[in-house]
Amino acid sequence: MRIEPDLRARSLAVLSGRPPLEKVVTLNEKARQSGVEIGATKSQLEAWENLVFRARSESQEISAHAALLDCAQSFSPEIEDTSTGTVLLNLAGLEPLLGPLSKITCNLAQRATEIGFEANIAVAANPDAALLAAHGFPGVTLIPEAEEAKRLGDLPVDVLLESFSSDIAEAARWSETFDRWGIRKLRALAALPEVPVSERLGQQGLYLQKLARGGVLRNLQVLEPRQIFAESVELESPIVLLEPLAFLLNRMLEQVCTQLRSRALAVQELRLNLELATTQSNSCSMYTRTLRLPTPMLDVKVFLKLFQLDLQAHPPGAPVVKMHLSAEPARPRVLQSGLFQPVFPEPEKLELTLARIAGIVGEDRAGSVELLNTHREGAFAVQHFAPLEPASVEAKRKQSVNPKQKDMSLPVEDGACTLKEKLEENAKEKMSAVIALRIFRPPLSASVTLCEAKPVHMRCLQPDIAGDIVWTAGPWRSSGDWSEQEGWSREEWDIAIAAGDRLALYRLVQDKLGGNWFVEGMYD
Amino acid sequence: MVSTGIPQLDSLTGGLARGCLTEICGAASSGRTSVLLFALAHATQRGEVCALVDTSDAFDPASAASAGMEMSRLLWVRCGEKYPARKHWESQLAQMLKVTDLLLQSNGFGTIVIDLSDVPVQNARRIPLASWFRFRRAIEHTPTVLLVLEQQPIAGSCSSVLLRVSARRAQRFGKRSVQPKLPHSELLDQFEITAELLRSRLEGKMERKPVQSTARFQSRAAWAAG
Repeated sequence: MRIEPDLRARSLAVLSGRPPLEKVVTLNEKARQSGVEIGATKSQLEAWENLVFRARSESQEISAHAALLDCAQSFSPEIEDTSTGTVLLNLAGLEPLLGPLSKITCNLAQRATEIGFEANIAVAANPDAALLAAHGFPGVTLIPEAEEAKRLGDLPVDVLLESFSSDIAEAARWSETFDRWGIRKLRALAALPEVPVSERLGQQGLYLQKLARGGVLRNLQVLEPRQIFAESVELESPIVLLEPLAFLLNRMLEQVCTQLRSRALAVQELRLNLELATTQSNSCSMYTRTLRLPTPMLDVKVFLKLFQLDLQAHPPGAPVVKMHLSAEPARPRVLQSGLFQPVFPEPEKLELTLARIAGIVGEDRAGSVELLNTHREGAFAVQHFAPLEPASVEAKRKQSVNPKQKDMSLPVEDGACTLKEKLEENAKEKMSAVIALRIFRPPLSASVTLCEAKPVHMRCLQPDIAGDIVWTAGPWRSSGDWSEQEGWSREEWDIAIAAGDRLALYRLVQDKLGGNWFVEGMYD
Repeated sequence: MVSTGIPQLDSLTGGLARGCLTEICGAASSGRTSVLLFALAHATQRGEVCALVDTSDAFDPASAASAGMEMSRLLWVRCGEKYPARKHWESQLAQMLKVTDLLLQSNGFGTIVIDLSDVPVQNARRIPLASWFRFRRAIEHTPTVLLVLEQQPIAGSCSSVLLRVSARRAQRFGKRSVQPKLPHSELLDQFEITAELLRSRLEGKMERKPVQSTARFQSRAAWAAG
């Protein structure tokens, strides 16, 4: 229901087992009111017109329970993972921080609703009394100290047995015994004298009576905080189109982001695993897309758009039967912007723009350039564009320029610092425009006439890059990687060709391994 | 206004105007790209994030590094196919228009450059005037400098500043019929560029061509610049 909130308004039954012997394992209140019972088979329920069936999904149950634990951990550091769908929180000492208990429970209920749960919340002086009240009373219940037996007395005995008996057969046996004794409510069980109960029902019976009185005291088994944020969805029918996939993905992203937000974390990396239905029967293949973010973000719309653009560029190629989304958490970006800092694109907006540009020109054709450490001409790599924000650059610069400033006992060498800054300023002043080369990609093949080992005439496919060479300089020989298969050896010439009443300057290259001539670029 | 890093050019134009479209035109080997790379290098050193929409995929990273550019702050967008048999200018120009629209909408870029230097004039003139109007409207009241590099002016009245650059030495040698016996350092180093201000619609500037409308400055070869 977290993934499909529309189902809340309808009668829903969850089925488990092999078809056609599927049985109802759980149902919502509407279905219960319409007469559906746990254990009924699908064929028995065919008479119910408005009943919706869903198959049980263990992965979704795990995701939902994890979200519940996260929700609890956002309120209290001490929580106990009691059972599936049940969490105990220690609220002792939280009142000065979060307000009175009534406010905490309201906030807790609101947070649970936000992440898609219909939660029953109870507060009591001991954990088991709270657990019993949460199982028995709908909504929010506050039990004052020493009034546990009074408040719990209205609950039927079955609630106690469902809450604390792990074995169904044993619960049925206890229920039969209490029924034979005429005990229907917990008040009746609590009122029995202890010694006869011990004689007839043993220690287990005595323990159940203590629970009914709300008098069992114990410590919580505190759960270690987890760092895995994931959501899964198993689909009833495979999805082929991107639009319904995006709809479900949006729900999953919302859930993951809510979990992260409750812990004041952001996303550094998102991984989407899609299980695809292949043509071979009973076989599935996995398809994974990873979204690496340059800075931690927590914007569902941005993530969804990035995934949409990514899946448009790299479609799965087969119907999707299962989705699993996991997020790698990181501390959120904290940045103090300055009045005099240069303009800078918002990281979220920049990521979207880059993804859209990649969709237009191609994935590896937009980014920042890194020159490679080699003498080979034109050796560079295009990286994902992730410029550092001005504030972080300034902070790094301050750290690197004068690390002694941290130690206040050491005198700061003002003179040396000023000298360095002055040298940098002088170097900037001396900077002059450098004649730039415009590269022809791919290089233009040329036929060259030599005279005294110098090129004197050139012909090329492009008519405007042909004619007598009026000026040459060179050759500059270079070679490398001779021990590799991609070895290279070349001679470079800088040449000038008359173009009307002016000169055009080109770089002419001869590949010494193949003997071919190329016009590599134009000086401009 | 922001500095180009070339004092002579700054004194001629007052620098590059933010929120305006500036055209730099010139023929092959006129020094357009040298001016562009130096302006971009200056902008990236100021800490600005810049973008280069490379319509003909002709950007040379080594030249940019020699000009002193902070490569991590330059977004290089290469239009066209990866290994083209021949240039398809129509599709490349269409990509250029889409990418420029996206960049202008994303805000936050200090300088955005559209490089149309290698696009034949007849193809460049097919860019609808409405696109230039759209670009001009998009950068109005933003701190972005929009630079267009081209062979001949194409943006019409949408550009606020129009500069023409030419290489003086190249012109002088072009008139000679014999091969000059010059060493390599004298042709590529001290490469003299003349910039002429053809039009300026900036506030406080006259629309007519000013009396002193040219500036001369030199560029250096990459191996001599260090």
